[in-house]
Amino acid sequence: MTDKSMTKVDTSRRNILKGGAAAAVITLAPGVTLRTVEAAVTGPATNAKRWGMLIDANAPSDVWDIAVEACKAEQGWGKDEAHANPTTDPQWIRKVNVKDPKTGAKASLPVMCQHCANPPCVDVCPTGASMKRADGIVLVDKHICIGCRYCMMACPYSCRSFVHEDVHGQRPHMPRGKGTVEACTLCVHRVDKGQQPACVEAISNMGSDAMIFGDLNDPTSEIARAVSKYVTQRIRSDLGVEPGIHYRGI
Amino acid sequence: MRSTSRILSLTILGFAILAFTIGSSIFAAPAQAGEVPMPSPAKAFKGEQCLEPTDVMRRDHMDFLKHQRDETLREGIRGQKYSLNSCIDCHAVTSPDVAGGQVRTLKPFCAQCHAYAAVSIDCFQCHNGAYQPGIGDQSALPADHQAQAMIAALEKQLAKGADK
Repeated sequence: MTDKSMTKVDTSRRNILKGGAAAAVITLAPGVTLRTVEAAVTGPATNAKRWGMLIDANAPSDVWDIAVEACKAEQGWGKDEAHANPTTDPQWIRKVNVKDPKTGAKASLPVMCQHCANPPCVDVCPTGASMKRADGIVLVDKHICIGCRYCMMACPYSCRSFVHEDVHGQRPHMPRGKGTVEACTLCVHRVDKGQQPACVEAISNMGSDAMIFGDLNDPTSEIARAVSKYVTQRIRSDLGVEPGIHYRGI
Repeated sequence: MRSTSRILSLTILGFAILAFTIGSSIFAAPAQAGEVPMPSPAKAFKGEQCLEPTDVMRRDHMDFLKHQRDETLREGIRGQKYSLNSCIDCHAVTSPDVAGGQVRTLKPFCAQCHAYAAVSIDCFQCHNGAYQPGIGDQSALPADHQAQAMIAALEKQLAKGADK
């Protein structure tokens, strides 16, 4: 076994030397060199950042349809549910129409996981699958989710969905499977790369600033300046769960 | 005296016949008939050298993946060396069982050994094992990870040499 692996190692080393690849080279001994390679590892997420979103409910209501479609396309939900009905099919983000019964004023707003600072879903999870990252993004660790759905009952915003059916064609960054709970991830795979969530990007590509995403802890960020400038609200702020999603105009 | 030796010799003969009868029924059947064939996983679609030497990958790939999945999901550490997507990038193979051999998927590659070793874990109930363009495009995976694998093997050899 040792002889074999030695042969293999020698061969690949020869190939690399033949290829004449250039990098920092450390000489260990005559004829034996080590090359140092810098890997672009990012993270870990820290609580220096607090990701949040500001949603302007005064925007024309059709932009929210675009946000929902962008989410579906990015995360791959909402296409496999052969037996779906509106009460059970997955909804990572949905458009909610509200009306003030006294004045008759109507508004539409998107509702998704509110990424609470004190998330009730995390409190009730019996396995630790429901979790909050240090930067405030609330996620489900589907590796250890047992599908008990306590978190769905605990969530004041009904923002979590249970996958009832076999799932096919998942996106590479977003594994989804029957028997687990899922919700908006704030497009964590994009955020970690320095990009905006898919819904925000889709809306801003239309030239609308109805959704602003950013770091609430950074006073120079667009969202922090907007939140300090306008009066914003968080849904059910009386509960004290401190959502990261702020709204204007509701 | 004579009768004793005759009894003894007959007994021995009897045992010999018995042993032969039993032996032929038990041992004559070739043991290989019920043996499960050794798995022979398909060669990687691309590349000659995995992230670690083959013997290390065979023994420790599950630890690499599990360790890193927790760090990625729970701590947000991205772009480390091992990932299921980089497995897919190289090891996804076509199989007549999957979409008529039209797509490259990782499942047949994993299933070879997992069936042999009776490993029941199935990553592919949730993870899509199919190759998609750009799947291995991880900012963190160094372009010369093959060289790194070589270095790891080399260091191992050097450490072995130092022990002696």
